[in-house]
Amino acid sequence: MFDDFFIRALVAGIGIAFVAGPLGCFVVWRRLSYFGDTLAHSALLGVTIAYSLEFNIAVSIFLISSAIALILIQLQKKTNLPSDALLGLLAHSSLAVGLVVIGFLTFIRFDIMGLLFGDILAVNKKDLITIWVGGALILLVLRLIWKPLFASTVNYELAQAEGLNPDRAKAVFTVLLAAIIAISIKLVGVLLITGMLIIPTAMARNLSDNPKKMVIFAIIGGLLSVFIGLFSSLEFNTPSGPSIIAAALVLFIFSLLKVKQTIQLKN
Amino acid sequence: MSIENNILVKLNNVGFQQNQKWLVQGVSLQVEKGKIVTLIGPNGSGKSTTAKIALGLFKNIEGQVEKFTNNIGYVPQKISIDWTLPLRVRDFMLLTDNLTEDVIDEALSLTGVINLKDKSLGNLSGGEFQRVLLARAISKKPELLVLDEPVQGVGFTGEIALYELIKEILEKLNCGILLISHDLHTVMSTTDHVVCLNGHVCCSGSPKEVAKNSEYKALFGEQAAQTLSIYEHKHDHVHTNDGDIKKN
Repeated sequence: MFDDFFIRALVAGIGIAFVAGPLGCFVVWRRLSYFGDTLAHSALLGVTIAYSLEFNIAVSIFLISSAIALILIQLQKKTNLPSDALLGLLAHSSLAVGLVVIGFLTFIRFDIMGLLFGDILAVNKKDLITIWVGGALILLVLRLIWKPLFASTVNYELAQAEGLNPDRAKAVFTVLLAAIIAISIKLVGVLLITGMLIIPTAMARNLSDNPKKMVIFAIIGGLLSVFIGLFSSLEFNTPSGPSIIAAALVLFIFSLLKVKQTIQLKN
Repeated sequence: MSIENNILVKLNNVGFQQNQKWLVQGVSLQVEKGKIVTLIGPNGSGKSTTAKIALGLFKNIEGQVEKFTNNIGYVPQKISIDWTLPLRVRDFMLLTDNLTEDVIDEALSLTGVINLKDKSLGNLSGGEFQRVLLARAISKKPELLVLDEPVQGVGFTGEIALYELIKEILEKLNCGILLISHDLHTVMSTTDHVVCLNGHVCCSGSPKEVAKNSEYKALFGEQAAQTLSIYEHKHDHVHTNDGDIKKN
């Protein structure tokens, strides 16, 4: 029926959708879209380092993204630049440095398009284990920090005053973001990972009136995007990342119909 | 020792500065079980800052805070709920604690907003939102309640009713309350001890003592001190939130 590579991509995509839903909700609620982008851009640098040192790619991306997050926090404390400028600085400079390093590594053949936009052929069995084990760990940790993270997303001082630890939850969440980028880069690509986090979530927002519902819809939206995206990627021979994100966009547009209805009802 | 004296939180000569400017300095006070301590003072006098110091929200403070309880309910002065986060009243009630349905219902009934349980937080009026904030803070049966202007936006008669309610809560939970209010006369009948702030402690004592104090008069004007009796009269009915009139 389907080729093995396609089944592997599908299994990978399903795993990613389950993790991207809940994490994506927090990215949207906490207004971290650009932050996610920055981490994702720095992932390319992680890939090049992994290749040149013959190191595990996912671990390398995870370490580099976490390091970039730490650098960002330091820069925020020590400079007078606004956060969006710092994010832009880190995002583009790490992407640029990553691409320059690739230029130097002439002895390795890189599929740059695949790195930037994902490659349906690139997912191997080892990646599946990384995605599903890593994904399960991410969800487990998110479950553990859910209360303080959610409470401080609503109101930081209230969470802290009533004995939760928002700072620790925030730090752990940053690490989780780096982790999901690390496990999903092969399928979705550096430039589009944030889309995978945000677009199904944005769709879910249009359909939900409470946080739990939003998380569930975000997962469903992610799953549908993966199915539609990968099948069309196979059918039309398009890169997997953009196909998944385009499918998510279509779902988002459909969800706008529901918003329109709700607004009409209110009037 | 703290248990014997019923002290829940004790501020010892505390102060906090931000950008080389003291927001508040030299404040000492204590909140005991079953007592209401009220902070009053003009805008920017450091009331909220003092409350936040008591809650342990600042890191580099001057002086010492001794806290003898971790079971705290907090109603912050300003809280804005982002539209990106869909949140119903019932979700908000579970924010910092896992409560049963019964406990949630009880708290919402007490503040008179049980009918809003499934409403979206973003669609509430200012007064309704204040009642939900209060319900959330008391739902976990805290030992210490910190209420930062809990009656804002509820309207004149609503204000009195809410202060009555706060007193009721105090008796029911036997907790200590640190209350912030912008003026003394609305909290007159409720409070046990008043601390008048203006960057530092101007005066403190029972409400009557503070009202007579010359520094208080200088801050709020002679008239404020004379209008204290305004809330002594009793209503024979109350207006519930959904518009009904209930006889007492």
